[in-house]
Amino acid sequence: MEKTGNPIMKAHSNGDEPDMYHVLNPDGEIIESIDGKIDKSLMLKMYESMLLLRTFDRKSVNLQRQGRMGTYAPFEGQEAAQVGSALALSAGDWMFPTYRDHGAAIIHGQELYRVFLYWMAHLDGSVCPEGKRILPPSVPIATQMVHAVGTAWASKLKGEENVSIAYFGDGATSEGDFHEALNFAGVYKTPTIFFCQNNGYAISVPFEKQSSSKTISQRAAAYDIHGVRVDGNDIFAVWLTVREAVERALSGQGPTLIEAITFRYGAHTTADNPNIYRNQDEVSTFWRENRDPLTRLKKFLHREGHWNEEQEDKTIKQFNELIDTHLQKAEAYPKSSPVEMFDHVYAGGSWHLKEQQQELKQILKKGVKK
Amino acid sequence: MGKSVTMLQAITEAMDQKLDHDERVMILGEDIGVNGGVFRSTEGLYEKYGRDRVVDTPLAEAGIIGSAIGLSLNGMVPIVEIQFLAFIYPGFEQLVSHAARMRYRTRGQFGVPLVIRTPYGAGIRGPELHSESVETFFAHTPGLKVVAPSNPYDAKGLLISAIEDPDPVIFLEPTKLYRAFKEEVPDEMYRIPIGQAKVVQEGSDLTIFAWGAMLREALNAAKKIEKEKGWKCEVVDLRTLYPLDRDTIVQSIKKTGRALIVHEAHKTAGLGAEIISIINDEALIYLKAPIKRVTGFDVPVPPFSIEDHYLPTVERVKQGIVETISF
Ligand SMILES: Cc1ncc(C[n+]2csc(CCOP(=O)(O)OP(=O)(O)O)c2C)c(N)n1
Repeated sequence: MEKTGNPIMKAHSNGDEPDMYHVLNPDGEIIESIDGKIDKSLMLKMYESMLLLRTFDRKSVNLQRQGRMGTYAPFEGQEAAQVGSALALSAGDWMFPTYRDHGAAIIHGQELYRVFLYWMAHLDGSVCPEGKRILPPSVPIATQMVHAVGTAWASKLKGEENVSIAYFGDGATSEGDFHEALNFAGVYKTPTIFFCQNNGYAISVPFEKQSSSKTISQRAAAYDIHGVRVDGNDIFAVWLTVREAVERALSGQGPTLIEAITFRYGAHTTADNPNIYRNQDEVSTFWRENRDPLTRLKKFLHREGHWNEEQEDKTIKQFNELIDTHLQKAEAYPKSSPVEMFDHVYAGGSWHLKEQQQELKQILKKGVKK
Repeated sequence: MGKSVTMLQAITEAMDQKLDHDERVMILGEDIGVNGGVFRSTEGLYEKYGRDRVVDTPLAEAGIIGSAIGLSLNGMVPIVEIQFLAFIYPGFEQLVSHAARMRYRTRGQFGVPLVIRTPYGAGIRGPELHSESVETFFAHTPGLKVVAPSNPYDAKGLLISAIEDPDPVIFLEPTKLYRAFKEEVPDEMYRIPIGQAKVVQEGSDLTIFAWGAMLREALNAAKKIEKEKGWKCEVVDLRTLYPLDRDTIVQSIKKTGRALIVHEAHKTAGLGAEIISIINDEALIYLKAPIKRVTGFDVPVPPFSIEDHYLPTVERVKQGIVETISF
């Protein structure tokens, strides 16, 4: 059986590092000037946000194991990519996440209990807070990318100062929709940010089997749009890259394709067994020990005297409480009633749905067994 | 000789034997190689036949189905796995505009022998878009054949026929039944003809037409009704959804005079409507009661917390039987 023995993976190999944008190295040292663009409060916000998401993600995996949640897609290891990108947006920007980007959605304003509801299979699980523009997670691969072109196009037509960001994985770059989205965005110069988290795998298929292009960012050239390859575990680099993309977009310079190199430590979803296709322990240990996004920022913050273990413990405790509050809210939320499945199929309803809803009500009233 | 296997094992065995016997056969899909498929239906085949015959493709359904069309045109026999039915849509264009029409457009010069296998249907507590039952899209497309087995024995025999069929076949595998039960399956490469329904239970009072996972609901309901009311239902497993086995449908109606159709697909324009039309055309005068449908509702398959209420249940089927017989 063929397994990817190299813990760094071809798509993430040393040979590619020079064309990758780094700011904060794994030892927590700044190797490229940040030009006073990231102040202490932003740094702390970045770290705390990553800590919140890591706590949330681990809790979710546990809830799935306890049978309190359905199949779940973990993102542990990708916190810098999700937090860094989301923090670089403004409140009114449009976000198109996938099933793995609820971290980014939370940072952009989605409420924790809603995310729980989604994974608990509640009909109300993809509703975003009033006034926010966070779309439901896209389950089909790459299809949301074209929507982000459309919203951005409309922003441009209406003269609104907003960008649209589409999240996707490395596997998504094989789908036709990826290419159509980049092409449209290029032609109409839409303020769209295409944010790829290249975690090296599309379920079991490693990037080298997915694509023969060396990088994803290089494909920007084919559409004559801006392309950047960035260390996705370096939150400073991610934030600065997305900030620049936002500025480019708002100043009329069009879309940016960002390839953030990262890694998810866990399985593709809680229904997947990664041991079949990769040396799971070896690869995860390598990434955890050498490239973890939280560790490197923490090292930096410690050195600068901005953060200590006491704060860390206190914050984790607060986050656990916050998450528990949201979990309770989600679990106490009135369960989806079967008759609600007929709501919102159309804006106005229709005779056939009314009849079918009535039929189901009758069945439920008579206590017909399943 | 034979052995007791699940539907999943029967499907793997069919592919294994065809790969072994015919060098032109190959499998293409996402995660089907090293990973052995997300449901493990291709388990062991990559190791046995190698990466050129069991191919982990890029994540691109149009690419997979489109290149399979070309492979098939040029003499290969591709079996395509689409990970879940709802993810076939990026490749839908290739399927309906090209695979289905190639023979017609070339006046028989080129055919596209090709099998597209995909898990489908609800009842597995899957995430969004993992439980759809949209067989109508394919049964509405001239040039395609649509097959949906309901047990391990049929799955193996039908899949072998599908692989040997000169036309493109959509092979819908009821996910809920993959591991639901085992059944004796012969070791040899036997075939079940595409286009033939099967009377799985004889009866005289009413015919239930079903397929896939709903066949079990139909049989259970028939059993219960017989116990409770003494009515004998005939149960027909359609097995091939396009083209439908008109003769078996009509013969059964001539015998029972009543029909109930059970499918988990949405009601509107579901295959039930087509079956009713066939009966109207061919056997109207034999009918003693209007034909009823027990189906999934006309709503997107809801999240798993309430998906059981979307699906036809034994109770709903029983109720349909009662209403039809006591009309
Ligand atoms: C159109 C489509 N085809 C197949 C699938 C099944 N599927 C779900 S996730 C996945 C892999 C996606 O990989 P990638 O885009 O790299 O994102 P990641 O999950 O690694 O974040 C596949 C094949 C799907 N959801 N949609």
